[in-house]
Amino acid sequence: MLNVHRNICGYCGCCVSVCPEGALELIDAYLCVEKNCTSCGICAKVCPLGALEVVDEKPL
Amino acid sequence: MKSHYNLLIVGGGPAGAIAARTAAQKGLSSCIVEKRSAIGAPVRCAEGIGREALTEFVKPDERWISAEMKGAAIVAPDGTMMKLESAFAGNKVGYILDRKVFDRELVWQAAEAGSDVAVKTRAAAPIMEDGVVKGAKLEYCGKESRVTADVVIAADGVESKFARWCGIDTTVPVREIMSGAQYVLTDIDIDPHSTIFYLGNEVAPEGYLWIFPKGDRSANVGIGISGKKSGSGHRAKDYLDRFVQKTFSNGKPIEFIVGGVSVCRPLECTVADGLIITGDAARVVDPLTGGGIYNAMFTGRLAAQVAADCIAQGNTGKKALMAYDAGWRASKMGKSIERNYHIKEYLIKLSDEKLNAIIHSVTKLNLTEFSTLTLIKELMKVNPRLVVELGALAASLR
Ligand SMILES: Cc1cc2nc3c(=O)[nH]c(=O)nc-3n(C[C@H](O)[C@H](O)[C@H](O)COP(=O)(O)OP(=O)(O)OC[C@H]3O[C@@H](n4cnc5c(N)ncnc54)[C@H](O)[C@@H]3O)c2cc1C
Repeated sequence: MLNVHRNICGYCGCCVSVCPEGALELIDAYLCVEKNCTSCGICAKVCPLGALEVVDEKPL
Repeated sequence: MKSHYNLLIVGGGPAGAIAARTAAQKGLSSCIVEKRSAIGAPVRCAEGIGREALTEFVKPDERWISAEMKGAAIVAPDGTMMKLESAFAGNKVGYILDRKVFDRELVWQAAEAGSDVAVKTRAAAPIMEDGVVKGAKLEYCGKESRVTADVVIAADGVESKFARWCGIDTTVPVREIMSGAQYVLTDIDIDPHSTIFYLGNEVAPEGYLWIFPKGDRSANVGIGISGKKSGSGHRAKDYLDRFVQKTFSNGKPIEFIVGGVSVCRPLECTVADGLIITGDAARVVDPLTGGGIYNAMFTGRLAAQVAADCIAQGNTGKKALMAYDAGWRASKMGKSIERNYHIKEYLIKLSDEKLNAIIHSVTKLNLTEFSTLTLIKELMKVNPRLVVELGALAASLR
């Protein structure tokens, strides 16, 4: 699944523009990940800060 | 806010503001909805714009002009500098804006002309009837409302969702998103009237690094790299920090921002029944420079003009609105996007050695017109190889 490190995210929307599923949305300063995210990792690659990470297990 | 407008404009950036101002001047009712709580902030921009591009839309005002530019420089991967100056000595060629104030000024002008404005108000979904866009569902501080419109203008920027919700694929290819980061640095030694662009695979792979002066001793120092080249340990911020440490180790950051710029081809079609897509949302950024302020204002204005005509004729279907799509493609802006797309595709494939060679060919250029087109033409004059390699494209430039 996709983890958003909220302490790193600069809420710029760069990731939203490349998401092939349309699964990301920037709501002002909050990045929302919708259920249709496939964890493809494209967003994690382009993030200027490294705020996104695809992880195997669900976070605690 | 009313429950119906001629134009509902999603997004309060330059595209939305100019669309609203134009609509209001034409006597249409319009409303801008902006999801952020403040117009213009946070800035996602290096704030550079050409003099003529700016004055086509608004009279320069010192309240939102940070600095006036008289020239530019390009730095090769090996550090060699090529200076670009206006053929008319001392001429102003461009400006570095203060977009926090500039964006507000544009929205203020729209409001002054008669448009409604709502902030912290998000378009959360389109209202669709039989595949036709009829308005938007809005959210404001937990309250939901429905606003209908004759035409909805999507001016929702790089993070655009509205057109996608209406069924249009707006995905930017990974290799064509510029992943960007920028500091506003102060207390640094710079030429306050010249922009500097650094090229090269070590500095900014498939992109560039810029210094855009904001005053005597401060500047936007930023970078854009291709999404393809970005990844853990080598992101835009990593490249930028390395440069800043080396070049401005005593500089003090007073702002740090990030952002994405699309350098792909524009959307295949920028209208649908009841919908016009403008600015970054339409992916009309100049693919060579990453500049999108002018293109946003240009498409915003044209969108409102075409919408006004279509509303007057009682037909806001896709076919009628196509006048907008055809209009910007045929314009100077549309043609320059197409041309610059090819030039960008050529340039990003060049090795550092080739870039060095091109920049070594001339140390100073005096440009009669301060544009990328004039620059490329001048470079072709001193680099016959470039003409051969650009092929058919070169022929079209002459
Ligand atoms: C790092 C960087 C440097 C740049 N440097 C330059 C430069 O030097 N010169 C230049 O010309 N261009 C530059 N650009 C590009 C320029 O910033 C954009 O092209 C320009 O802002 C586009 O204007 P716009 O109105 O289309 O979109 P924006 O200015 O992005 O405005 C879109 C607005 O829509 C709002 N919005 C989005 N979704 C919704 C919704 N659902 N409901 C309500 N509101 C919504 C957003 O909050 C935003 O305010 C740069 C971009 C970046 C990232």
